[in-house]
Amino acid sequence: MTIASILLVDDEVPFVEAMTKRLLKRDLEVSAAYSGKEAMEILRKKPLIEVVILDVKMPGMDGIETLREIKREHPLVEVIMLTGHATIESAVDGMKLGAFDYLMKPSDMDVLVAKVQQAASRKRVQENKIIEARMKEITSRRA
Amino acid sequence: MILVVLIVSFTPLVLVSGIILYDFETSYKEKVYAHLEEVVEKHRQGIDTFLTEKLGNLRFLTETFGFEDLSRDSFLQERLATLQKEYAPVFVDLGFVDEHGVQVAYAGPFKLGNAVYSEAEWFKAAIRSEYFISDVFLGKRESPHFIIAVRENYQGRPWILRATVNFMAFNTLVEKIRIGQTGFAYILNRRGEFQTKPLMEITMRRGPYRDFLGIKEQTGTGVHVIQKTDDSGLENIYVAAFLKHGDWLLVYQQLASDAFSDLRRTRVTALVLFVLGGMAIVAMAFFLSRRMVNRIAQSEREKEAAGEQVIETGKLAAIGELAAGIAHEINNPVAVMVEEAGWIGDLLEDEDFKDSKNLEELQRALKQIHTQGHRCKEITHKLLSFARRTDSKIKEIQVNETIMDVVAVSAQRAKFSNGVIETDLQEDLPLMKASETELQQVFLNLINNAVDAMDKTGGIIRITTRLQERGQAPAAILIRVSDTGEGIPQANLSRIFDPFFTTKPVGKGTGLGLSICYGIIHKMGGEISVESTVGAGTTFHILFPVSGDGQAREPHPNGKRSIP
Repeated sequence: MTIASILLVDDEVPFVEAMTKRLLKRDLEVSAAYSGKEAMEILRKKPLIEVVILDVKMPGMDGIETLREIKREHPLVEVIMLTGHATIESAVDGMKLGAFDYLMKPSDMDVLVAKVQQAASRKRVQENKIIEARMKEITSRRA
Repeated sequence: MILVVLIVSFTPLVLVSGIILYDFETSYKEKVYAHLEEVVEKHRQGIDTFLTEKLGNLRFLTETFGFEDLSRDSFLQERLATLQKEYAPVFVDLGFVDEHGVQVAYAGPFKLGNAVYSEAEWFKAAIRSEYFISDVFLGKRESPHFIIAVRENYQGRPWILRATVNFMAFNTLVEKIRIGQTGFAYILNRRGEFQTKPLMEITMRRGPYRDFLGIKEQTGTGVHVIQKTDDSGLENIYVAAFLKHGDWLLVYQQLASDAFSDLRRTRVTALVLFVLGGMAIVAMAFFLSRRMVNRIAQSEREKEAAGEQVIETGKLAAIGELAAGIAHEINNPVAVMVEEAGWIGDLLEDEDFKDSKNLEELQRALKQIHTQGHRCKEITHKLLSFARRTDSKIKEIQVNETIMDVVAVSAQRAKFSNGVIETDLQEDLPLMKASETELQQVFLNLINNAVDAMDKTGGIIRITTRLQERGQAPAAILIRVSDTGEGIPQANLSRIFDPFFTTKPVGKGTGLGLSICYGIIHKMGGEISVESTVGAGTTFHILFPVSGDGQAREPHPNGKRSIP
């Protein structure tokens, strides 16, 4: 049983590779994408992904745009922004757009995993609430 | 420059002074001439009247008394006494001369009874005309005198009553014409011989008088004025008028310098004023042009300094941009390195490596990589702080509160360095508009530097706030952060605000702290300066301007940097 299913999005390939290995070792199910566009494709293919770790500064579709897309298509997927210092303002913008949190690069692995866990559990809580609401709807209809 | 000022200033001065002086001189001379003419004319009339009067006296005698009476000595003596009584010593003697020139009767101090004048010039002239006034001559008595004679007829034979006029008495008439120091008068006859004794010794040259003597007009009121240089080279004014029906010439002579002494005085005064004014103008020209040149030079210097300031500010901005770029670019590889090291660490925890003898050393090395990676992150973090402020949200801040917050954080660190932080904060400071985090960063950096400066010795860090009043409105908030640490050498003082300048041991300082402070303060429109004495301590002065409504001014982009 994995802790959570995550998608790691960063244009820095060696960083994504190293992170992927480390996260996998910590019982996370990790997918990797190297651009915003690729991230959207993977999300469509893999509906079980719960948390996206998203680099803010990327060529082409940047982190903020990607976040907006994710929240539009998959409102329940939690996003953790990953940022160098220079883009901290965009990270704050990201928070306003519904990101779960933001972390500074390089970040402590334990902190990152903890954040992922929190994000995943929030997503589950949200999902459960929706399921409960639907159940109630269904049961009330039946009644 | 000076020459132009001098020409511009002097030209009108010279023109105006010249014109005024010329006009004044002309009118003054005219006035003097008119005055002299009037004087001479008056005296001419006076002398003519004198002569006419004396002649009248004699004619009165000849008409009143006859041949019989007048040819007696005793009668003449009687008459002379009466005349002398009336006219004082004007009449010297009286004589009755017959047609042959023999003085038949005589009354007077000389023994001239029966004197024969048949060959005397005066007699020859007098016998021909009804009355006659002679020139001055010495005659038988060997002293200057002149004769007034009246001719009458007795039984077809002419006789003459003559009187001698005292030369001195007559001379007095002319002598009393005195004006100024050198003005005097005399009478010449047609031949240019003196008829009165000139007061001054003048050479008997007819030159100056020839012009007058040549004048045809012998009567009337014509008064003539000339100005000529005499033999001794002095300029003289001659005023002349004919009298005694053109026989005599009354000449008034005065040195031009004397007659125009007032004019000369005026000229001297004008010259003195001119010279003084000129000197004032020259002085002013020098002073003003020098001041102007100085001012231009100063503004050049200021411009140059401002230019340097702009370059400096630009340099700082460029360094900031560069730093931001480098920081961002470095951050990614560092992140990769840290992650890879982390991955190695993860792998080392696996069973396979548990027995490796170098495991401990490997773990230590990995930890070091991790630590140094995070240090890199700190550096890039600070670099980016320098370029872009983290939280530049501007709000109203009570600076004392911010200082107290920072002091609370730093007090512990100071304590480890045997340091004490003292605060002396003025209450009721106006609120200032600033970013709190930025201000915190400023004070934190300054306090950290102060703590580092007295790391070995311990000491006191004193933070003071004051409201600096300028005139009515509060002008600025002055914040002083001083320490009793080791001080900053003079050579380093000018560089301490430069990015990457640090004197701290390698790995301890980034050289960005004060640079960041500088950037923040100037963005807020404030100023920071430093003074330091090696061994005694360092004081940073920060000045935040406060506008009239009690708030800090809007930040200006090109803040001035002041390093004493």
